[in-house]
Amino acid sequence: MKRILIWAGLAVLLTILAVGLMRAQQGPVKVGQKAPDFSLRTFSGEIYHLQELEGKVVLVNFWASWCESCKPEARDLEQAWRDLQSRGDVVFLGVDYVDTEPEAMAYLEQFDITYPNGPDIGTEISQSYRIRGVPETYIIDRSGVIHHRQIGPFHSLEHVKSVLEPLLGP
Amino acid sequence: MRKDIYHLSWIIMGLVFWALMNPLPGFAQEPTPPDDEVNEIAKQLYCPVCENTPLDACGTVACEQWRGVIREKLSQGWTEQEIKDYFVEQYGDRVLAEPPKRGFNWLAYIVPPAAFLIGAYVLYRGFVTWKARDRDLPPDSEKDLEDRPDIDPEYISRVNEELRKR
Amino acid sequence: MVANIGFGSLFITFIVSMYGMGAVLYGRGTRNVAWVESARYAMSLTFPLLTVSVVSLVYLLVTNHYEVAFVSQVTSRSMPFYLKVTALWGGQSGSLLFWSWSLAAFATAVTIRKWDRDRAFLPWVILVVLITLAFFLFLSVFFENPFTRYWQTPVGIVRSFARPDGAVPFVPRDGRGLNPLLRHPGMIIHPPMLYLGFVSFVIPYAFAVAALVSGRTDDRWIRLTRRWTLWAWLFLSLGLILGAWWAYDVLGWGGYWGWDPVEIAALMPWLTGTAFLHSVITQEKKGMFKQWNMVLIILTFDLVIFGTFLTRSGVLSSVHAFAQSPIGPLFFVFIATTFSASLGLLLYRWDDLRSENELHSFFSREALFLLNNLLFIGVFITSFWGVLFPLVSEIVTGQKVTVGPPFYERATAPLFAGLLLLMGIAPLSAWTYSSLKKWGRMIWKPFLASSLTIPAVLYLGIRRWEAILGFWLVGFVLAITLYEFWKGVKARRKRHQESGLAALWNLAKANQRRYGGYIVHIGVVLMALGIIGIEMFQVETQGTIPEGGSLSLAGYTLTYEDLATFDTNDGRNVARAVVRVSKNGVNVTDLYPRRDFFYDANQQMTIPGVRSTLAGDLYVILVDWREISASGATFKVYYNPLVKWLWLGSLVFVCGVVVAAWPQKEPEHLRRYAPKPTKV
Repeated sequence: MKRILIWAGLAVLLTILAVGLMRAQQGPVKVGQKAPDFSLRTFSGEIYHLQELEGKVVLVNFWASWCESCKPEARDLEQAWRDLQSRGDVVFLGVDYVDTEPEAMAYLEQFDITYPNGPDIGTEISQSYRIRGVPETYIIDRSGVIHHRQIGPFHSLEHVKSVLEPLLGP
Repeated sequence: MRKDIYHLSWIIMGLVFWALMNPLPGFAQEPTPPDDEVNEIAKQLYCPVCENTPLDACGTVACEQWRGVIREKLSQGWTEQEIKDYFVEQYGDRVLAEPPKRGFNWLAYIVPPAAFLIGAYVLYRGFVTWKARDRDLPPDSEKDLEDRPDIDPEYISRVNEELRKR
Repeated sequence: MVANIGFGSLFITFIVSMYGMGAVLYGRGTRNVAWVESARYAMSLTFPLLTVSVVSLVYLLVTNHYEVAFVSQVTSRSMPFYLKVTALWGGQSGSLLFWSWSLAAFATAVTIRKWDRDRAFLPWVILVVLITLAFFLFLSVFFENPFTRYWQTPVGIVRSFARPDGAVPFVPRDGRGLNPLLRHPGMIIHPPMLYLGFVSFVIPYAFAVAALVSGRTDDRWIRLTRRWTLWAWLFLSLGLILGAWWAYDVLGWGGYWGWDPVEIAALMPWLTGTAFLHSVITQEKKGMFKQWNMVLIILTFDLVIFGTFLTRSGVLSSVHAFAQSPIGPLFFVFIATTFSASLGLLLYRWDDLRSENELHSFFSREALFLLNNLLFIGVFITSFWGVLFPLVSEIVTGQKVTVGPPFYERATAPLFAGLLLLMGIAPLSAWTYSSLKKWGRMIWKPFLASSLTIPAVLYLGIRRWEAILGFWLVGFVLAITLYEFWKGVKARRKRHQESGLAALWNLAKANQRRYGGYIVHIGVVLMALGIIGIEMFQVETQGTIPEGGSLSLAGYTLTYEDLATFDTNDGRNVARAVVRVSKNGVNVTDLYPRRDFFYDANQQMTIPGVRSTLAGDLYVILVDWREISASGATFKVYYNPLVKWLWLGSLVFVCGVVVAAWPQKEPEHLRRYAPKPTKV
């Protein structure tokens, strides 16, 4: 009887560890998966729910003011936004990862960013996307599925556009 | 006329001097909290990004910014608890040095003492069982040897000496 | 070319280990001794073969062969020669190779010994050691190959061992250099010490498994491996102590132990190993605790494997790194399989491991050893759970949490205090029987002596009850242990007319284990003194001051006198401040905290200026994330009372283990315990 208990206990412990290990090995959210839903409250007070944006192409960019490699792509992203904004079916959302508000606002001002940005309160959004660092960008198609995952900065404005192009249509 | 201006300027200088010496309430400049006060709180928090680095020992730009937040909040009169709560709200539970005592996290605190108590209980039961069985056996094995006339006393004393040496 | 030799040798060793495993199993299966002998030769070949690999890698490191990826990662042209050699364990693939090489060394040493009396053990020891070695070689060959190279291909730069079609070697002009944090004497010996400690525990484990399989479950396997266990424990302890010294000297937060998961991963096998060390004495003396000792050595082995994984690369990482790495699952499978198999074997032989004796008294030495084990396992479970909990919490609640020092300190402090108390009491108790009365008789003199610590401590102004209790415990253990020495020397002098020193020497020689153990306990207690000082009474301050400005702490005034900035010939840019320390207007000393910036690694680190006395350390660091210039530099100052005793105590500790472990002639025919009197 005791032996059964011992083996059962061991099995339970090993299963927990195995599950944990598999989860950890998963890595960030993959292309083809449904994008985890989230709500983002911007610095200016607006609230965006990802689910409500279904039907549009959404670009979610994780950044931070203390992140050196985020800076080169900031201008490209802003320019891409300005070029595509008038279409009305594209949304850019910036998620500020683990940052401080004064520095974040200064960063936005420095790169003259006009698309909505908000802090990731409690790191909930970044945890649900399991990001490994910043910058990371997720392109979500009209049905809410992840179409492209960019780990690290975009190389250029053309790079940003080339990733969005397939989803945009005419 | 010139005498009036002369007197006036002295009065104005006096007023300015007085004003500088006695800043009006409401316009008072809070002294910037010294590093020690900031570190007092920072060392109880952990860097939200780097793993297992206390906030007072972390050298990254991000950590400097967070210490800046602490400094700012301190100068605004926030208490230590308020600042810690703010950090938890902004960055999640992991900034605290141990899991906040709520819900599932209670398990973190219960398991070690529980395991210890279980171990102590197992030992105690073991002792009691052994002691109980022991009542049936003759006590003091050393004395026993000495009671055996058929064994060479020299041998017994050598054995006892060996036992005592160990 | 050399890389090919190195990898070739590595690969051959892997094949040889696999062959050895097969030969042993086949030899046992067909009861053909020749095959087992062949396996033994195979095992003894592993060391020379791996030495070829290691020498090749060191050669490549020292001769700047940057086309080999590992060499690029851990060395650079500006590094001095000795650092290039020690860079062997400065990165993951090199340290795994080093691990395998150490295991091969011990494996070869084991095969050389005389096996005549223990033929039953031989095949299983070979099997266990080779399985472990084969696992690590498998990792090195297929996942963490230190000999992979950079190739220039039409597509770009590729990293692999074999040359891709149409590629030419790509040789970077310089390497990245060793992580600056690792370029410190403590960090140079700490990884090899730790790994030697880890690796040497494989041998007692192999013998334990051999005992289980062969059915020779008496204490033979323990007596054979007694010295291995002691030396393994010494290396592991040294590894931990050196790691703490490095942390204190280099990491710049004024502490020596941060309860980081990587530190804990190295501590856990030490905890179970120490429990094992004490518990096997009981098995040898009284034939008790056999089942428990098996559990302990199995645990220690698997914790060693886990600890190796977490500490591979030598720089602080975390449990998340473990989980996310590609070889994580492989380690998990290995640990799960060996643990389950060992447990299965243990349960199979459970009844054969029944105690030969029983516990007769709560105050006997056996009982105290049980208590000692309970406390060590208590610390172990706290540590294990603390390391595991963040992962568990993330799975169950999705929330990441940190389990940090307050958690561990609160839970383990009473357990460590209990262990201190036990160290004091243990010499008093006798095997089988003891009583409070007996203890009382032996204890009252040293107890009185130790109680003098209380007024002394109160006089110094200390009011915290934890500190008073701690200091008293230190005094108590010291008093009792030194009293034991005194009694022993006195008795010897009376009997043998020897001088005091000769009596001491011969006393220790006649009973190495006991007196070595006492010296170790004294060492531990001195370390505890240092720990109490720094943990409970550390003070700190930080401030930005211009040249000429000063800070004050603990009665000292520190004045920023001067700053010199210069380049060194080993690739560093150094900013060195001169800080004058004075007390009550009298100059005490000058300290030189500095910031070293390493051009190759593009990283910097700070070295503190420390004034160390027995009373305490004055510890000054340049805060290197703020500006360092003549117009203003930020200093962080700690005063760490008594911390020097931590390092002095470790020296005493090491001496004690050496005394206990020093080889001696053992009279084999003497049994260690009186046979149970048969009822007439």
